Amino acid sequence: MIEPNPQGEVWVFAEQEDQRLSETSLELCGKARELADRLGVPVGAVLPGWNVRELAYGLIAHGADVVYLVEDRRLENYRTLPYARVMCRLIEKHRPQIVLYGATPLGRDLAPRIASAMRAGLTADCTDLQIGDYTESSSGTVYRNLLLQVRPAFGGNIIATIINCHRWPQMATVREGVMRLADGDPRRTGRIVQESADLTDMEEIVSLVRRHREPRKVNLKGARIIVAGGGGVGSRENFKLIYELAGALGGAVGASRAAVDSGFIGKEHQVGQTGTTVRPALYIACGISGAVQHRAGMEQSAKIVAINWDREAPIFSVAHYGIVGDLNKVIPMIIRAVRERA
Amino acid sequence: MAYDCIVCIKQVPDTSNITGEAMKPDGTVNRAALPAIFNPEDLNALEAALQVRDAFGGSVTVLTMGPLNACEVLRESLYRGADRAILINDRRAAGSDTLATSYILSCAIKTIGRYDIVFCGRQAIDGDTAQVGPQLAEKLGIPQITYFEQLVELSGRELRARRNVGNGWEILQTRLPALLTVLDTANQPRPPSARRVMKYKRARSPGEVAAETARQMPSADPAEVQQRTSERVRALQSAGLCLEQWGLDDIKADLQWCGLSGSPTRVHRIQSIVLTKQGFTEVPPTEEGIRRMVHELIVDHTLG
Repeated sequence: MIEPNPQGEVWVFAEQEDQRLSETSLELCGKARELADRLGVPVGAVLPGWNVRELAYGLIAHGADVVYLVEDRRLENYRTLPYARVMCRLIEKHRPQIVLYGATPLGRDLAPRIASAMRAGLTADCTDLQIGDYTESSSGTVYRNLLLQVRPAFGGNIIATIINCHRWPQMATVREGVMRLADGDPRRTGRIVQESADLTDMEEIVSLVRRHREPRKVNLKGARIIVAGGGGVGSRENFKLIYELAGALGGAVGASRAAVDSGFIGKEHQVGQTGTTVRPALYIACGISGAVQHRAGMEQSAKIVAINWDREAPIFSVAHYGIVGDLNKVIPMIIRAVRERA
Repeated sequence: MAYDCIVCIKQVPDTSNITGEAMKPDGTVNRAALPAIFNPEDLNALEAALQVRDAFGGSVTVLTMGPLNACEVLRESLYRGADRAILINDRRAAGSDTLATSYILSCAIKTIGRYDIVFCGRQAIDGDTAQVGPQLAEKLGIPQITYFEQLVELSGRELRARRNVGNGWEILQTRLPALLTVLDTANQPRPPSARRVMKYKRARSPGEVAAETARQMPSADPAEVQQRTSERVRALQSAGLCLEQWGLDDIKADLQWCGLSGSPTRVHRIQSIVLTKQGFTEVPPTEEGIRRMVHELIVDHTLG
C-alpha cells in the first residue's frame, strides 16, 4: 500500500508474449494518456520480459512518456510470482497513482496477486475509466480527481462505479477491446528506464513445463462486419446460413452463448460478457434473443440489425434496424439484396 | 500419500435468472428476490477436491463466509461428499470487498492448520471478479494456478496441472501447498448422494439452531431459549451433524483488515440497466423492405 500521491504517474502494465505486445496494452496506453492529461502527470508503462526492448517504442508511440524496462531471462515466459514481485517493487519505488492491467487471462491472474501484496484496491474488468470527485457520505470529505472505475456486475444487470480513496495505487483491470485502439504516432518520444528484476529463489516455486497456443482463427475483434447467430438458428447444420451471409458481406461469424452451449458453433465465436466484446461497424444478430450478457458485448456496435421472430426479444432494444420474421427467409433476402448491389 | 484439501465456496444470487423484481426502484439489487444458489464454478472446485481425495486419500473441508443461509451450500457440499464444513459468520465481516474477504478466508485457513491444496472456483457469478483466489494465495504465501482444467500429476509434494488460458493451455508444476482456481470445463460435478442427503439434511450450524429454537419458543425467556439451544447443539455434535461456525475472533482476524475498514474499494454509484425500448426502424420481412435497408446501409457507408 502507498499513501495517496496525486503527483504520481498513470501506469500501464505492458503485457507481451513471445516478444509481441497484447493489443490491450496499447489500448490502455491510449486511455492512460487521456487520464494522465486530465491529471497533468506522465504516463508510465512497465514492460517485463526478455529481449523486449524493441516493444518500448510501440508503447511510447501509443502514449507512454516513460517505459520501465525490466529484462531478465527468468521473465521470458509469464509466471505469476516473478512478475508480481517485479511490479510490487516498482510500485513501491515510483509510487504511481493509477495502475491499469488488461483484463486478459494473464492480467486477471497477476493484478489480484499484486493488489493483495500491496493491500491496495482492485476493480475487475472495467468497461470505462474516468477522473472525477467523490464525497464520502459518512464524513463529508471530498476527494478530488479520483479514478472512477466503471464495471458491470451482477451478471451485467447493474453498472457499478467503484473508487478507492485511502489506499493507493488505484488499480483496475480493463476489459479487452472496450478502449479504442488509436493509431500509434511514431514521432512521439519518451524515455526508457532500465530496472533490475531482483528476483529470489522464492519466485521459482512454479515452473512452466509446457505451453501450447492456438492461432486465433476467428478474428472477431478486428472484424468490421459481424454476422452472429443465436439459439434461434436451430441447428449446427443451419448455421451455414450465418456463414453464407457473413461471406456475402465479407464479415466474421459470431454467436451467442445459447448457440455455443447448444453445440452449433465453437466457443471462439462467442460474443458477450463471457466471450469477446466487439464493436464493429455493422452487427447483424440472427435468432439472438439478446440476454443482457450478450448485449453487453455488442451494443457499442455502430449499426445493429436484429432479426427475430419474437417482437418482444430484448435484442430489439439495442437495434437500429429490426426485422420481425423468420431468419430462414430473411437471410437469403439480404444475401440477394447485397449481391444485386455488388 | 494423502492430501488434505480445502475448498472455498460461496452462495450467490442466481444472476442468470434475473427478473424485473430483482432490482429495487433506487437501482440497487434486491437480493431477497433472487434465488440463492451454489456458485457454479465452486461446484467444479469441490469436485476437483473430491477426486483428489478419492484417488489419493486425505480429506475435503469446505469453507464459506456469509449469513446463516449460506449453511445451505455447506450441507449441499456434505451431500456431495465433503468431510467437514465450516461457516465464517460475523456481522463485522459485512461490507468486505475481495481483499478483506481473502484476508478473512486466509485467517480461517490458518486456523484449520494443515492443508495441501486449496481449491476455489475461478469466479463467482455475482461479481465475476476472479480476484479472491489469487488474493487468498498471496495472503497464505503459497503459489497459485488459475484457470485449472486438469490434474496432470500429483506425487509427493509436487503437483502438475494444465491451465486453460483462452488461446491455448500451459502445464505448470508447483510445490505444495498451492491454490488452484477451477474452471467449469474441468469436470462434471457429481450429484448429491441419496444416502448422504438422508444423513446430513439435519445438519445445522449453532446459529441456525439458535434461530430455529427462538422461533419455536416465542414466549420463552432468553435463558431458556439459550439452554434449549445448547442441548440441541450438543446432540447434533454427538451425532456428527453440527456444522462448525466461526466468528472473526475465533480465527484471530485483525479487525482493521476486515469488513469496510479492510476494504480499499468503495461503491460510488450503482446504475441498473433498464430495458429501454428506444426506437428502431422496423423493416418488413419482404424483398422490397430488405432491399431498402441494404440501400440505406450502403448510403451511410456501413456496407461497401
